[in-house]
Amino acid sequence: MRFEQNMIAFGRRGLIAGAAVGLLSAPLPRARAAAVRTKAKIVVIGAGAAGLAAANRLADRLEGASITLLDRRREHLYQPGYTLIAAGLKPPSYVVSTTAEYLSEPVRWVEEQAAEIDPVAKTVVTEAGRRLAYDFLIVAPGLVLDYGAIEGMDVRRIGTGGMGSVYAGPEAAAATWRMMSAFADKGGVGLFLRPATEMKCAGAPLKYTFITDDVLRRRGNRAKAELNFFTPQRVLFSVPIVHEKVRMLFGERGVRVNYQHTLTRIDLDRRIATFRTAEGTRELGYDFINVVPPMKAPDVVRNSPLPWQSGPWAAEGWVDVDRHTMRHKRFPEVFAVGDVAGVPKGKTAASVKWQVPVAVDHLVADIAGTRSTETYNGYTSCPLITRIGRAMLVEFDYNDNLTPSFPGIIAPLEELWISWVMKEIALKPTYLAMLRGRA
Amino acid sequence: MKDLNPIVFWAVFQEMLGPWLWVVIAASVVATIAFVWVVIREGRLSSRRLVWSEVAGLAGGVAALLIMMAVTNSRFADLGGPIDWLLAVSIFALGFVGSIVGVYAFLSVFAMTRAPAKSEDG
Repeated sequence: MRFEQNMIAFGRRGLIAGAAVGLLSAPLPRARAAAVRTKAKIVVIGAGAAGLAAANRLADRLEGASITLLDRRREHLYQPGYTLIAAGLKPPSYVVSTTAEYLSEPVRWVEEQAAEIDPVAKTVVTEAGRRLAYDFLIVAPGLVLDYGAIEGMDVRRIGTGGMGSVYAGPEAAAATWRMMSAFADKGGVGLFLRPATEMKCAGAPLKYTFITDDVLRRRGNRAKAELNFFTPQRVLFSVPIVHEKVRMLFGERGVRVNYQHTLTRIDLDRRIATFRTAEGTRELGYDFINVVPPMKAPDVVRNSPLPWQSGPWAAEGWVDVDRHTMRHKRFPEVFAVGDVAGVPKGKTAASVKWQVPVAVDHLVADIAGTRSTETYNGYTSCPLITRIGRAMLVEFDYNDNLTPSFPGIIAPLEELWISWVMKEIALKPTYLAMLRGRA
Repeated sequence: MKDLNPIVFWAVFQEMLGPWLWVVIAASVVATIAFVWVVIREGRLSSRRLVWSEVAGLAGGVAALLIMMAVTNSRFADLGGPIDWLLAVSIFALGFVGSIVGVYAFLSVFAMTRAPAKSEDG
């Protein structure tokens, strides 16, 4: 999902088998000067991958600062693992841990949700009414899965009637596996899709299509199934060269591609999905569907002055940051990292891995009265699973350039076992090291 | 792309193996020291023990590959490009050499405890 990440920027020099994942990038050298002394008050909204990593990095680089982390949820979810749960390879517990185990001193965790951000007064108000003043704010609340935008959709029915949705959480991913596995036993019509909005790990819906194809083949039922992929765009992936590769692979695997199709309605009883197309609406029956909902910024951000003020990102509410520094364009003491950031690429853990050290370096430089030269180039990565046991290690930047960490060694558009091995055993440890601010 | 930082690798391996990282390191160090000590003490390699440890090495190499396949939900049919074969050979080699060193050291120390004054095949 890029952590899945998602979730990959390796050095060009070293190759250590099994550990060569994109998350292993080291955007900033860890050997650095002593901690900066300050009395600054810093609030971090959100204890997901980006928020935790930012809080822990700040704790490491500052001495005497007040760092407050705001998040009501006690569980921490390793989202790049959802695909593996939905492939029947991992249990839901594989992705669940607790926020508390990653917190380092002196980060103060307030178990409340941020309800209001006032970047003019420099305050955040929690749902319990607690008012927190800040000198610097890091906005990392993630995003909202907007299932309500699909008429007839009911998240409580994930795992029934042939309907799955990998994104909705670990249990939903497991329920999706049950639905997909039943589908793979008997065949039928399978529908796969992506939303019209910006989304987490745009490779995830593609991966799940490939995995379903593979499971069908392993059970000898591929000929009994028809797989269809729907995308609102004119491409399967935003990076043209990756789009072409996936198009070719879908062709080889017999996956029918439908461009300019947006899921707008689903009849869960009759198992009919309705798509908006350029020519009008189109209804299709299904035996299995993987619903990927539209995504938008959380209300606390959407209701603040922080989002883009015009364009498609204004409607979705993504924070208006400079794409190279993650600093807010109008409120310089505000940074946004992770899914909520309004940048063209990278709602993945791999992007977080690069964004967080850059944003933190700029924030620390502000405190120290210096200038940071660190920049984020849009790097993100996607171990694009093409079957269980093989993946393509796709890495790219804002300019849609491929940025392979091992040019000439691990080809980005080749289906390889080594790329799968990385996804399976190295990605999660790298992610956890990132959370602790150690990678 | 930035350079790889060894500290990052260390952090990742710590997350990957937890306390087992230290067990693996300790076992490797102990086996290597024991092997070197035995060879220096005896002044040569015992051909009989070497053959047995090589047999164990083959088993160790195969075991390393099978464990890797099981842990990663993979099959040998998943090996695709040359880098995959290089990885598989490396994993086999790691299991092979590790087993040889460990088994040779173990057999030697075992032989010494039984007949401290002379080597097994001397």
